[in-house]
Amino acid sequence: MGGLFSETFVTVLLFGAVTAAVPLLLAGLGEQMSEKAGVLNIGIEGMMIFGAYVGFVGAYYSGSFWAGFAAGAAGGMAVAALMALLCVRLGLNQIVVGIAITLGMEGLTALLHHFQFARSYPRLPAAQVTPIPLLSDIPVIGPALFRQHLIVYLAVAMVFVTTWIYRRTQLGLNLQAAGDKPAALDVAGIDVTRTRTVAVLFTGAMAGLGGAFLANIGAGLFIPFITNGAGFLGIVLAMLARGRPLWVLFGALIFGLCLSLTTAAQVAGLNIPTDIIQMLPFLAVMLMLVLFGRRASLPAALGIPYERGAR
Amino acid sequence: MNQQATETRVGAPDAAQAATRRNELLWRVAITIGPIVASLAIAGCVLLAVGVNPLTYYAYVVDRGLLSPLGLQQTLTRMAPLLFIASGLIVAFRSGMWNLGGDGQYLLGAVAAAAIAPVFVQVMPGWLALFLSFVIATAVAIAWSIVPALLRAYQGVNEIITTLMMSFLGVSFANVLVKLVFLDPGTTVPQTRTLPVDDRLPRLFDTTVTSGLVLGLVAIIAVHLVMTRTSFGLRLRVVGANPNAAVHGGLNVPGLTLAVFAISAGLIGMGGAIDIIGVQGNVRADWNPAYGMAVIPVVFLARMNGFAAIGFVFLLSVLSIGGESAARRLGVPQHFTLVLVSIVLITLAIAEYLDHRFNEKRRA
Amino acid sequence: MKPTPDRPQSQPPIITLDSVTKRFPGVVANDSVDLEIRAGEVHVLLGENGAGKSTLIGMLSGLLQPDSGRILVDGVETPIRSPSHALSMGIGTVFQHNMLVPTLTVAENLALGGDWWRRPRIAELTVRASQIAQQLGIEINLDARVSELSLGEQQQVEIVRALLRDSRLLILDEATSMLTPKGIEELGALMRRLVDRGLAVVFITHKLGEAADFGDRVSVLKLGRKVGEIAPERLSRLDRSELVDEIVAMMFGRQAGDAAVSIPPRSGNDDALLDVRGLTVARTADAPGLEAISFRVGEGEILGVAGIDGNGQKQLAEALAGQRPVIGGSVLLAGQPLDAMDVGGRRRLGLRYLTDDRLGEGTVRTFPVSINYFLKQIGEAPLWRGGVERAGEIDRRARELTHRYDVRAASIATPIGRLSGGNIQKVLIARELADGARAVIFNKPTYGLDLANTLATRQRIRDIAGQGLAVLLISTDLEELLSMCHRIAVLSQGRIVGIVENGDGAAERVGRLMIGLAA
Repeated sequence: MGGLFSETFVTVLLFGAVTAAVPLLLAGLGEQMSEKAGVLNIGIEGMMIFGAYVGFVGAYYSGSFWAGFAAGAAGGMAVAALMALLCVRLGLNQIVVGIAITLGMEGLTALLHHFQFARSYPRLPAAQVTPIPLLSDIPVIGPALFRQHLIVYLAVAMVFVTTWIYRRTQLGLNLQAAGDKPAALDVAGIDVTRTRTVAVLFTGAMAGLGGAFLANIGAGLFIPFITNGAGFLGIVLAMLARGRPLWVLFGALIFGLCLSLTTAAQVAGLNIPTDIIQMLPFLAVMLMLVLFGRRASLPAALGIPYERGAR
Repeated sequence: MNQQATETRVGAPDAAQAATRRNELLWRVAITIGPIVASLAIAGCVLLAVGVNPLTYYAYVVDRGLLSPLGLQQTLTRMAPLLFIASGLIVAFRSGMWNLGGDGQYLLGAVAAAAIAPVFVQVMPGWLALFLSFVIATAVAIAWSIVPALLRAYQGVNEIITTLMMSFLGVSFANVLVKLVFLDPGTTVPQTRTLPVDDRLPRLFDTTVTSGLVLGLVAIIAVHLVMTRTSFGLRLRVVGANPNAAVHGGLNVPGLTLAVFAISAGLIGMGGAIDIIGVQGNVRADWNPAYGMAVIPVVFLARMNGFAAIGFVFLLSVLSIGGESAARRLGVPQHFTLVLVSIVLITLAIAEYLDHRFNEKRRA
Repeated sequence: MKPTPDRPQSQPPIITLDSVTKRFPGVVANDSVDLEIRAGEVHVLLGENGAGKSTLIGMLSGLLQPDSGRILVDGVETPIRSPSHALSMGIGTVFQHNMLVPTLTVAENLALGGDWWRRPRIAELTVRASQIAQQLGIEINLDARVSELSLGEQQQVEIVRALLRDSRLLILDEATSMLTPKGIEELGALMRRLVDRGLAVVFITHKLGEAADFGDRVSVLKLGRKVGEIAPERLSRLDRSELVDEIVAMMFGRQAGDAAVSIPPRSGNDDALLDVRGLTVARTADAPGLEAISFRVGEGEILGVAGIDGNGQKQLAEALAGQRPVIGGSVLLAGQPLDAMDVGGRRRLGLRYLTDDRLGEGTVRTFPVSINYFLKQIGEAPLWRGGVERAGEIDRRARELTHRYDVRAASIATPIGRLSGGNIQKVLIARELADGARAVIFNKPTYGLDLANTLATRQRIRDIAGQGLAVLLISTDLEELLSMCHRIAVLSQGRIVGIVENGDGAAERVGRLMIGLAA
C-alpha cells in the first residue's frame, strides 16, 4: 500500500487507464468510420455487449484469448450486418433501429448468460502480457504502458491504420463522399450502400473486439450489462474527435483515466465509494460536451438514408 | 417535381371514400398487430434456443399478468408509472426531440420522493406531504434535463448523446444518494426510509390497484389533448415535423425546446415519484427497473396517440408483471422482456417501411 | 453562336430514346418520348418547368429506369442500369445541382470513382485535368476545396470531370441559372469547342433565348411529351426572332407574350413604405454576409433584386423578415423601426415573406392544407381561443382561402406535400397576402412552376402592387424582373452594387453590374 502519489499508485492508475481505454478506443474508432460515411450508429453499445459475450464464450471454451477476440469481432460484425441491412439497405430510421439493437442485445446476452453461466460464474485466467523490451523498463510508466497484452498495441496501431485509410486511400475518399454528399459518390459510379455497409461492418468488428477485450482482459468475466455505456462513450469520442483518429486515442485515455480511478484509489488506501467513481467518466463527458459540443463536426448526410433520384 | 396529382375541387364526399377509409383502418390495424405477432414468434425462437417452451412462457405470462385477479391488479398498478413515462416520451418525440434519459430522470424522481415523503408525512397532513414530494420529485427530474436542453436549444448539440450520458450519470448519482445520503439506518438491506403503507397513495376501491393509475391516465390524456388540440401542442408538432418551418413561422424554437425537455423529464420524474409514493414506498440500492427505454416501443406502436398508448402500456404491464413472476417460477429472467420489446421496435419499423412502399405503389 | 451552314449531314445518332415513358405517383413525367442524339451537335432540350426534362436526363445518366420504351446506344438496345454504367458508355452529366463533395478538393473529387483498394491517382489526374482545362480555355485550381469555389467554377470542374471520363456525350442540365450573362456566353463558346472536337452535347434549358443562341437542333418538350423538333438545316435558315416565334408556336400553339413587359402604374410619390438603411449581416460558414444594404421601396412599387444565386439574396430576405440576426443598420416599415421585433411582430405589422423553399421551410408537408394556411398565426384569435384550437373556424377560413386563391386539392385535410408545386405556392401566397399585408418580399416566386402558374403569380404580384403594397422581388430570372419591376437592384457578394431604373438598356446595365463593372 502506498500514498496517493506513490509510484505504485501512479503505475496502477496508468495501467488501469490503458486497460479501460482500449474498449473505448476501439468503439470510438469504429463509430468514427460509420459517422464519416453518414451512418449514426447508436446500436454500437449492442454490438459491444454481444461481442463481449461471444468473446468471453469463445475464450472460455477454447482456452485461447485470441479465439475470444476473433469471436468477439465476428459477433460484433454479425450485429452490424443486421444494422446495415435495416438502416443502410432498407433505409429505416437509424435512431430507432439503433436503440432496438442495443436493448435487444443487452437483453439477449443477459438471458444467454443466465442460462449458461448463472450458477457457475466462471472467470478467465489472467491474460499474458507482452512487454516491449527497453520501454517497459522505464520507471513508473514503463510497466504501465508497455507491459500490456499484445492486443493493446494492436488497438493503438489501428489508430494509424485508420488515419492512413482516411487520408491516403480511395476508400477514405469514398467514405467521406458517402457522408458529405452521397449523390456525388453515386454519380461517380460507386455504390453508396456498399460503401456505407463496409463502414458499419467495420464498426461492428471494432466494437465487438472492444467488448471482448473488456470482458476477457479488463474484467476476466462476463456479467450482464458489463459494458455500461462504453459504446455510447465511443459515440461521444467519435463526435468530439472531428474525424481524426488520433483524437479518439487521447479522449479514450482521458476517460480511461477516470474509469481506472477506482482500482487506483483502493491501492492508495482511499475509500471513495464505487458509485461516485462510476460517475466520473460521465461527468467528464458532459463537461467535454458543454465545452466542445458545439464544434463537434458531423458529416452533412449523417443519419439520412440515401435514395437514388430522391427529390 | 411538379406533381399534377389527381385534383378535384374541394368538397365532394363519396360513398367510395367511406369504403376506402374502412380499408385504411383495417390496414392500420394489420400493421400494428402484425409486428406484435411476428415479435412474439421471433422471441419465441429465442426461448426455444435456451430450452424454454415459448407457449408455456407466454401462457404463464398471460395467466399471471392478466387472468389472475391479483395479477391483473398488479398489472393495473404497474401501469401508473408507465403511463407517466409514455406521456413524457410522447411530448418529446412528437416535438422531434429524442429524450433518451428516461431512466435517470425516473430514478432521480423516485429517490427524491423516497427521501422526502417519509419525512414530510410526519410533520404535515398526508395529502400535502405526498403532493409536495410529488412536486419536488418533478422539479428534480426537470433539473436533470436542463443541461441537455440548453445544449440542444442554444448550441445545437445532439440530445441523443447528452440525455443518454445524463441518464448513466443519474443512475449512478441516484445510487450514491440511496447508499450514502438517504440510507435508512434501521434496516440491514441498504435502502431509503420506507414510507408506511398507510401513508402511501390510497388504493382504488377494494382493490390493490393504486390510485396513481388514475393520475397516470389523466396525465396521458391531458398530454394527448394538449398536443392535438391546443396552439402550444401545434407549435411543438411544427418544431418536430419541420424545424425550418418553425423558424420561418416565427416560433421561439429555443424556448419551446426548453419547454419540451422540462415537460418530458418532469412527466417521467412524476412516474418515478408515483412508483414510490404509490407502490414501493422506498428505493433499494442498485434498483433500476429501466422503464425509460422499455416504453419507447410502446409509444411508437401507438403512433404517438395518447389513447392508443394506454392500450399498449397495458400490454407492456402484463408482460412486465407476468415476466417478473416467470422469472421466479420458470427461471426466465426479466431480461427477456427487453429482447421482446426490442424485436417489436424492429418489426414495427419494417412494417412502417412496407406500408410506405405500398402507399407509393398505390399512388403511382 | 450559329452553326456554319455547311455542317456535315446528320450522322447516325449515338444515343436514341425510343418511345420512352416514365411515371411517378400521380404524374406521367415522360410520355412516349423519341429523341436522337448525335455527335458534333448541340442538341437543346427545351421546355418549361415540369415538362419532363430532368426525368429524361435522369434516365440517360442511369439514375432512373424507363417504365416502357427502349434506349439504344450506337443502334444497340442497351438499358442504362446505373450511373457507373452510364459513365462506362461515355455519358457524362453535369447536373443542375452540382454533384461535387464540398469538403474535398477538386483533385479528390475528380479521383472519386476509382477502385477502392488503390491509392487515388491524383498526380495522374492532375496532369490530364490541366490539359483538358487548357484545351477548353478554362482555368481550374486542383488544390482548392470545392466549397471555396464559386458556382460557376464548380460547374467547370464538373465539365472537366465529364471529359476526364472520356465522355462522348455531355449533358448539361439547366447549366446557366448560376451564371452571369458573360458566363453564359463563355459556356456557349465552350459547348461549341466541345462539339467541334466531336462530342455530342445535350443542353437542357427553359429559356427560349438560350435555345435560339446555342442550339444546332432543338427538341421541345411540353407536359411530358415531345411536341416538336427543329433540325439543323431548318435552324440555320431562320433568324433569331423567327426561331423564337416558331418555338413559341410549338410550345403554346399561339403567339404568347409571356415575356411581355407590364409594369403596374403608380402615383409617383416617394414615400418609402419599406426603408432599409445600412443593413449588415455577419458571414456564416454556409452563407455570405450582407454589407451596408440600403434601399427604399415606395407604395405600389416593385423593386427587383437581381444577382447570381448565392450572393446574399436569401440572407437579405431572412434578415428583413427577422429570421436572421442583424449586426448593423435598421429596417423601417411605414416609418416604424422593425429592428427589435421578431418574425411574428414584423408579420403582424404587415411585412410578409414568401420563401423560395416551399416544402423545406414554407410548409410542413405532412400537415393538412388547412393548418398550413395558418402556420404563422398559431394561437391567434379567432382561430384559437385561450390556446385551444377551434377546428370549425379553421376549416371555414381555410375553405374560403382555397376558393379565393383557386387552390386545387382533394380536400383541405390533404397533407400539403401531395399538392403540386403550383398549388403549394398558391397556399403560400394566400397565407402571406391575406389580411393586413403592407410590404411583401418574394423570393424566386415562379421557380419550378409551369407557365400557367408562373404567369398567374406574376399577375398577382402586379395586382398587389397596384393596390399600393410595396413589393421586393428577388429573382434570378432577369427577364422576369425586366417584365415587371419599376427599378432593379443588383446584389453582388453581399452588397448592393447599383440600382437601375427599368427601361431601355436596363438589361445591359444590370448585366454589367452583375459582373462587377459600373452600370
